[in-house]
Amino acid sequence: MILTAIGVFVVCIIYSFLLSFTSSRLFPSFDFIGFDQYERLWSTQRWLVSVNNLWIFGLLSIGSNMVVGYLLAVFMDQRIRQEDLFRSIFLYPFAMSLVITGLVWRWILDPNYGLQATVRGWGFADFSFAPLVDSNTAIYGLVVAGIWNGVGVSMAIMLAGLRGVDSEIWKAAKIDGIPTWKTYLQIVLPMMRGAILTAFILQCVGVVRVFDLVVAMTQGGPGIATQMPAIFVIQHITDRANVGLGMAAATMMLLPVVLLLGLQQFIQWRANQKRMNS
Amino acid sequence: MQHSVSIRDLSLNFGNVRVLENLNLDIAQGEFIVLLGPSGCGKSTLLNCIAGLLDVTDGQIFIGGKNVTWEEPKDRGIGMVFQSYALYPQMTVERNLSFGLRVAGMKKDEIEKRVARAAEILQIGPLLQRKPVELSGGQRQRVAIGRALVRDVDVFLFDEPLSNLDAKLRSDLRVEIKRLHQRLKNTMIYVTHDQIEALTLADRIAIMKNGVIQQLADPHTIYNRPVNLYVAGFIGSPSMNFIQGELKGGAQPTFVADDGTVITTGNYQFDEAPAASVKAVLGVRPEHIVIGEAAHAMPFSTDVEIEIVEPMGSDTLAWTKIAGHPVTFRCSSDTEIRVGQNLKAGFDTARGSIFNAETTNRV
Repeated sequence: MILTAIGVFVVCIIYSFLLSFTSSRLFPSFDFIGFDQYERLWSTQRWLVSVNNLWIFGLLSIGSNMVVGYLLAVFMDQRIRQEDLFRSIFLYPFAMSLVITGLVWRWILDPNYGLQATVRGWGFADFSFAPLVDSNTAIYGLVVAGIWNGVGVSMAIMLAGLRGVDSEIWKAAKIDGIPTWKTYLQIVLPMMRGAILTAFILQCVGVVRVFDLVVAMTQGGPGIATQMPAIFVIQHITDRANVGLGMAAATMMLLPVVLLLGLQQFIQWRANQKRMNS
Repeated sequence: MQHSVSIRDLSLNFGNVRVLENLNLDIAQGEFIVLLGPSGCGKSTLLNCIAGLLDVTDGQIFIGGKNVTWEEPKDRGIGMVFQSYALYPQMTVERNLSFGLRVAGMKKDEIEKRVARAAEILQIGPLLQRKPVELSGGQRQRVAIGRALVRDVDVFLFDEPLSNLDAKLRSDLRVEIKRLHQRLKNTMIYVTHDQIEALTLADRIAIMKNGVIQQLADPHTIYNRPVNLYVAGFIGSPSMNFIQGELKGGAQPTFVADDGTVITTGNYQFDEAPAASVKAVLGVRPEHIVIGEAAHAMPFSTDVEIEIVEPMGSDTLAWTKIAGHPVTFRCSSDTEIRVGQNLKAGFDTARGSIFNAETTNRV
């Protein structure tokens, strides 16, 4: 079972890696042409926009998810009533398919029957808020949906981290007269490295493979304004009948994932070494 | 005289559960008080109330003559040491010691002076640049004490500080805490469930049960004149022997065990000599029972058969029966004693304790 799974994964990865060095068009062929596909890839405007969008989307949504997730976790940590209810509410978006999330936000941000129409209906006729139809702002519309979808998971992971902090640490900080916000920031936050790293890696992987959200919200448009690498890959393998270029793009996508996993392994390894030494 | 810490009619409820009820406690300046009791007796809760980590339901707390019932913990003039050390794991020892002072905005040279003094007192100077994970349990607890020390406060609170340490370190650090108290002469309030810690450290021990202080006295009194059956049974290891029976009142009361054995009370100092006969329990400490020749000289002696012998190294513990009740006694480890041996055992009731079986109070 495990062998099959690993076999399929590894074989497929190697297969697409090999194809990226061929001149495959509609059907895979093994006519090797070296790094030509990569050269073409990095001079394709559509790919460059994709990568650029990925950075914008990634930095903004990961950053916000981490910060807002931590703030929400701190909020949940205040022994509020109805904690289970709030936890469900914050986690609910994550339980929904990204396609649904995308559709919901497409409607909310739609100028004709979304937020803008509603506020105008209240009498603010000049109100304009329709990020998705403008190619300069469409990517930020995606970011909003991405945060809404992912923030609950960050919160849940970080809340678990917060709850793992010994209550006597809190008592000690109180005796020392350290303000609550400072305790959260300077004592508790550094103690949660594991939880933060986990949340971060999850977010990163989610960003690199973001696909369905874009398909549901903008289909990569207006124009190519919200192209993302995953969309680029799928479009080239299917509609655009350019398997070689698509596979080159896919391999480029694999790279950051491998780097991230390697980073995580390295950090764990170093932590273990430290523990062994002390 | 002004008390260092005064607790007046303190009550604390968690929902409908009364944890502390009308508790009063006066602690003198420089006194070492130990709150002793089994888990769940409210001793840690009381300490947390004094520290200001729990809001009290009713009553008042004075520290240094000032009503601090509703003050923030940091303004109460206390330092506290926890069972789990509660050091800030990402900071060096030095920063652990100084963090509270920095946050309070104290001047740099004053902070340095205080940290240096604490490091000198606790001999943690070489550890200042290390992180808590790099320290042993004993060293961590010293740093935790140091964090209370740099606050330069009048009252130290200890919440089971030695419970996470192994037996050897525990006795080492116990001596150090005692030394620290003798040097600093601060008021110290120390919570523990370990009676050895209580007996060795305390000026006075408060034995608690169900949120009520059962007895507040110096260790000698607690050990020798327990006020009730609970205290008598809780303090002492191995615990006190109890013989059920009846106390016949009169000018010279005698204790009659429930199998008919008559035990004279001799010079026993009654708090209140019973007028009529009452059901009673006689308590005798294992080390107050003597055997052999010495037993003949005792006001009460009887023939016993040894059932179990437990050599403990420094002394030997033997199990037998007196007046039908299982009894342990302690004798020197070079005493020849073996299972099945018949010998004379005796004690002086005046060194024991007699309790009213119904009220469980000492008579």
